[in-house]
Amino acid sequence: MTALKLAIQHKPFAREDGELNAIENIEIEIAANEFVAVLGPSGCGKTSMLQIAAGLDQEYTGAVEYAAGLEDRMAYVFQSPTLLPWRTVRQNIELVFSDPQTHADAIASVLEAVGLAGSEDIYPLQLSMGMQRRAALARAFVLRPRLLLMDEPFVSLDELLAARLRDLLKTMLAGNPASVLFVTHDWREALSLADRLIFLSPGPARITGELAVPLSPQQRSRPADLQNFRDANAKFFQSGKQ
Amino acid sequence: MASQRYNTFARISWMMTSVISLLVVWWGAALLVQSRYLPTPQDVFSVLAVEFSNGELLFHVSMTLMRVAASFLVAMVIGSAIGIVMGKRAWVDRLFDGWLMFFLNLPALVTIVLCFIWFGLTEVATVLAVAINKIPNVAVTLREGTKALDPAYEQLARAYRFGRWKTLRHVVLPQLAPYFAAAARSGLALVWKIVLVVELLGRSNGVGFQIHLYFQLFDVAAILAYAISFIVVVQLIETFILQPWQQTAARWRT
Ligand SMILES: Nc1ncnc2c1ncn2[C@@H]1O[C@H](COP(=O)(O)OP(=O)(O)OP(=O)(O)O)[C@@H](O)[C@H]1O
Ligand SMILES: [Mg+2]
Repeated sequence: MTALKLAIQHKPFAREDGELNAIENIEIEIAANEFVAVLGPSGCGKTSMLQIAAGLDQEYTGAVEYAAGLEDRMAYVFQSPTLLPWRTVRQNIELVFSDPQTHADAIASVLEAVGLAGSEDIYPLQLSMGMQRRAALARAFVLRPRLLLMDEPFVSLDELLAARLRDLLKTMLAGNPASVLFVTHDWREALSLADRLIFLSPGPARITGELAVPLSPQQRSRPADLQNFRDANAKFFQSGKQ
Repeated sequence: MASQRYNTFARISWMMTSVISLLVVWWGAALLVQSRYLPTPQDVFSVLAVEFSNGELLFHVSMTLMRVAASFLVAMVIGSAIGIVMGKRAWVDRLFDGWLMFFLNLPALVTIVLCFIWFGLTEVATVLAVAINKIPNVAVTLREGTKALDPAYEQLARAYRFGRWKTLRHVVLPQLAPYFAAAARSGLALVWKIVLVVELLGRSNGVGFQIHLYFQLFDVAAILAYAISFIVVVQLIETFILQPWQQTAARWRT
């Protein structure tokens, strides 16, 4: 069953020096509970693609289709944490619910899981960048989303913390299966998480290749196995610059 | 914390020094000139005491305050609504930009006189005249605030299905708060000065009316007594309502 069907022919941006096309003929289908990672060089159009997938940007030619009910169970982890600075960490998370009182336990446990227990009543500007990212993750996870859009969610975190949060993402998905569209430019991260990789060209983004990742959970956690897999599929990783 | 307390203390001390130096200069000038048209602070204070004890002062100050409050409220509500819509919709902005220019440059006196001619010497005309003078300023300030709204937060609200009310309350209004505060503070200062003029021209009570009365009697001490008592009232509102509100609204800033 298809969860999300993305078909974008053009994504124009008006700029002083004329019109810029960020996306050129991208078609992506994500199966229910499939994890798709999109790899592409900086500035190629990954964020633009996610915003269209989320329904936040209507100015494009093409179409986005969701499986029934999926649109209202969507969570989006933005490229920057995007927490409301005038609301505390807890309030930021409560805001995604229309009835936060009934989800108090879920909120407490997600904050515990991302390691923010004790920081609930702090304003985001007082948090480190890593903590802000974790709060943004908590906000997405707490919804138990069925469609999860993630825009380089672990970038600029130290590797230890990034690995821990990747494990948290896996745990969250094990308990709460979801279709994931995950943008990154870190091939190791993509291989350790995704069922399938999609490679994009430099802007305007086109799909240059698709690759299934049939690795076991054990292989995914071993750097050597990831390297071997990459070497065996070297031609995919060479297009563009990852 | 300690430095903050010191700052408050230093600020109050400097404020006192500043006010006292003004009083001293005034007193010196009054003693030097020795004219009934430049009374000493002491003369003014005794008028103040008399007017206070016979209830006149309280009555006229509260009449004026009510007019200030009503026009201030009307101007803030209408001005904000206009400003926000102009900030959001480019065509509304272009269409009404000329209107704003016109009303911004329209002398307060003209608005007041026209309102009295069109709507009679009534309380409604008074409030309207004052509000019309203030609305363009509020609109310009809130238009600027609306244009500065961060699109990233709007995307957040849409991605997580906040809906209209939650978006307004948690996303839009907190971003506009500094602009509301700026409009409110400059508004209060402007509104009360215009209210006095309106009272002088077309009301039979209020501080403006009293000043007009004592102007005809050339009673400078009484004029100053009323002016000073109103300055004090406005300063109290500023210190104990507007400033604390602005500080609580900004407590999330590091
Ligand atoms: N609001 C905008 N106005 C004009 N041009 C834009 C806008 N947003 C993005 N672009 C342009 O569109 C192209 C794609 O941008 P996008 O943010 O989608 O790239 P990206 O792949 O997410 O990059 P990064 O890896 O650096 O996050 C870039 O050339 C960018 O300059
Ligand atoms: Mg991006």
